[in-house]
Amino acid sequence: MSDEFTLGRIFINLLIATKWTIILSIIAFVFGGIAGFLIMMMRISPIKPIRFLSWVYVEFFEGTPLLLQLFLAFFGVSVVFGINLSPLVAATIALTAFTSAFLADIWRGAVEALPKGQWEASSALGFGYFKKLRYIILPQAVKLAIAPTVGFLVQVIKGTSLASVIGFTELSRAASQINNVTLKALLVFALAGAIYFLLCYPLSLWSQRVEQRLNQQAH
Amino acid sequence: MTQFETSGSSVATATEAAIVARDVEKWYSNGFHVLKGVSLTVNKGEVVVLMGPSGSGKSTFIRTFNALEPFQKGSIEVDGILLTPKLKNVDAIRREVGMVFQQFNLFPHLTVFENVSIAPIQVRNMPKAKADEITTQLLERVGILHQAKKYPGQLSGGQQQRVAIARALAMQPKIMLFDEPTSALDPEMVREVLDVMRSLASSGMTMVCVTHEVGFAREVADRIIFLADGLLVEDTTPAEFFNNPKSDRTRKFLSQILH
Amino acid sequence: MGYAFDFSVIRDNIGLFVAGALLTFRVSLIAIAFGLILGIIGALFRTSGNRILNAVTLAYVEVIRNTPFLIQLFFIFFGLPKLGIRLNAEQAAILSLAINFGAYSTEIVRAGVESIPKGQIEAAMALGFKPLKIFRYIILTPALSNIYTALTGQVILAVLFTSVVSQIATEDLTFAGDFLNSRTFRSFEIYFTVCLFYLAIVWIIKGFAYWIERRFFEFAKYSRR
Ligand SMILES: Nc1ncnc2c1ncn2[C@@H]1O[C@H](COP(=O)(O)OP(=O)(O)O)[C@@H](O)[C@H]1O
Ligand SMILES: [Mg+2]
Repeated sequence: MSDEFTLGRIFINLLIATKWTIILSIIAFVFGGIAGFLIMMMRISPIKPIRFLSWVYVEFFEGTPLLLQLFLAFFGVSVVFGINLSPLVAATIALTAFTSAFLADIWRGAVEALPKGQWEASSALGFGYFKKLRYIILPQAVKLAIAPTVGFLVQVIKGTSLASVIGFTELSRAASQINNVTLKALLVFALAGAIYFLLCYPLSLWSQRVEQRLNQQAH
Repeated sequence: MTQFETSGSSVATATEAAIVARDVEKWYSNGFHVLKGVSLTVNKGEVVVLMGPSGSGKSTFIRTFNALEPFQKGSIEVDGILLTPKLKNVDAIRREVGMVFQQFNLFPHLTVFENVSIAPIQVRNMPKAKADEITTQLLERVGILHQAKKYPGQLSGGQQQRVAIARALAMQPKIMLFDEPTSALDPEMVREVLDVMRSLASSGMTMVCVTHEVGFAREVADRIIFLADGLLVEDTTPAEFFNNPKSDRTRKFLSQILH
Repeated sequence: MGYAFDFSVIRDNIGLFVAGALLTFRVSLIAIAFGLILGIIGALFRTSGNRILNAVTLAYVEVIRNTPFLIQLFFIFFGLPKLGIRLNAEQAAILSLAINFGAYSTEIVRAGVESIPKGQIEAAMALGFKPLKIFRYIILTPALSNIYTALTGQVILAVLFTSVVSQIATEDLTFAGDFLNSRTFRSFEIYFTVCLFYLAIVWIIKGFAYWIERRFFEFAKYSRR
């Protein structure tokens, strides 16, 4: 049995599963980005109850483990609503919640890092609230937010590995399954780690570059 | 402002040298020849002002006196101690030499009082009570005692620099080095710092000051040294320096700072 | 919705949750302590000026930061025995968490050391301070105050990461939830309660961090950089 699994075959099987890691990452990032933007808008809202609601949301999903969020989505939601969610749907829900909370926090930080004078100056020019955001605040905040956002994308990719625990077959689950059959743990998990590294490291580098460039401009 | 007492004998005899630098040469690690053989003798009780264009090596030169900068050729003797790379001598010399920096360099996590008392306690192993007594006296003399419990960040630049002077004096040094102590200050704060320095000079402290404060130099300095491109160009009295400069380099410099 | 929430399962098994929480707490504490030591050593290597030490440490930092913790855990738990190193689940959990925390804290501590202006150290040298006392009295407190926000964040992430060690049957808080879930099918109540336990731990850490800030880093309010 195990001699069927040559190095080449292990690698190819892992690569096939990597497709799902990438797809899940993209789904999480797109949905999480959209939800995160809305939560961020709520976080900086002038209306207190709205701010409070979004604070609770961010506090909960930043303050609890992603693994538990996956369990809540997979086991909890099916029990409460009496529907059976597939691992992919459950993982999408949990990763979206997780990603949106962190992105909302990162983006709020970028907005709040802008000098108060920017709000005041645009008020003085007679901009309404949403025009202020659209034309003055957000374009500047985007610049500050790029590096931490790309950096967080790495956390999302790594986070998708936990979807394996609720039975979604992506890179980590494939690695576990291959390990169960071949018992070549060092090789299999090193290979899986290497694939994750190849996905994540370029993004990390990019994030560092952007941040350095921003710091140089500031000085 | 009250007078300072200098440790040791307050009356200096002209024959005793506090600092003797002979043909000091220094290259930075990038190969830049910053000091090209500078000799200078500072007598005890003397106030020497060092002037020169930016980048001429003034900071580098006075920082060799307390071994903040190593040098490659020549020799330096401070209070009779030969400055060698050996750590033992470095410690001995740093005990005799106080330094005041352009950027104050106060310790942000210590209160004003602790900034002054920490070195006597931790470096000189002075009993805390004694260090506190000295600190109180010094802060009173520089006029900051009422701010003793504040952190440096809560003080103005001029106040911070006065604390920095008190901090250096708390080690009871025989020699004080000043590296552009008023250059980072807003104009209205320059005077309060110069007043403290004046008072220190009249107490008989040996001082080497890098400064472009012409009034201070004319009034307080015994000698003025002019440094350009790592060379000592002029070593003369303030009157000679300002009224009758010898070199073109000095004249050009003076025309720039005197407008 | 027709579902009737029933939290009695929590009440009946509270001992299980508390035991799990205690294990989570212990594993976190030990792993973070060792990880911080690793981080301080790593930061020394990164700032040592020695090229080889710097490169090796940087490789460690980047490999750990760019691979999932789950894979690191499996590599250590399933892989090390192949090299003849026997670890029980808890030891493997602590080891992998410490290695993980060490990588992140290396960069945090390095940033802290590098945040101290050179003039601070020169002023201390001019006053006659020797290197060890410069580190203890001049560098340590400002450096800690510069990094403690980042360090607190990383500690919280590390505690949340510990949930993953349930996957190698370490009997932590998450494992307690899994165990009950397989027996009672009160999934939502159980996992929600486990989440609240983690939230409580996170808030305790945040409160402690706030206390430290007030107690030791008050000066930082005034020193603008
Ligand atoms: N660490 C260093 N490495 C290389 N060159 C330096 C270094 N520090 C200072 N210099 C150069 O040495 C020259 C003298 O510097 P400095 O002594 O600070 O001059 P001054 O105090 O007279 O303005 C300057 O040209 C400066 O650029
Ligand atoms: Mg200078």
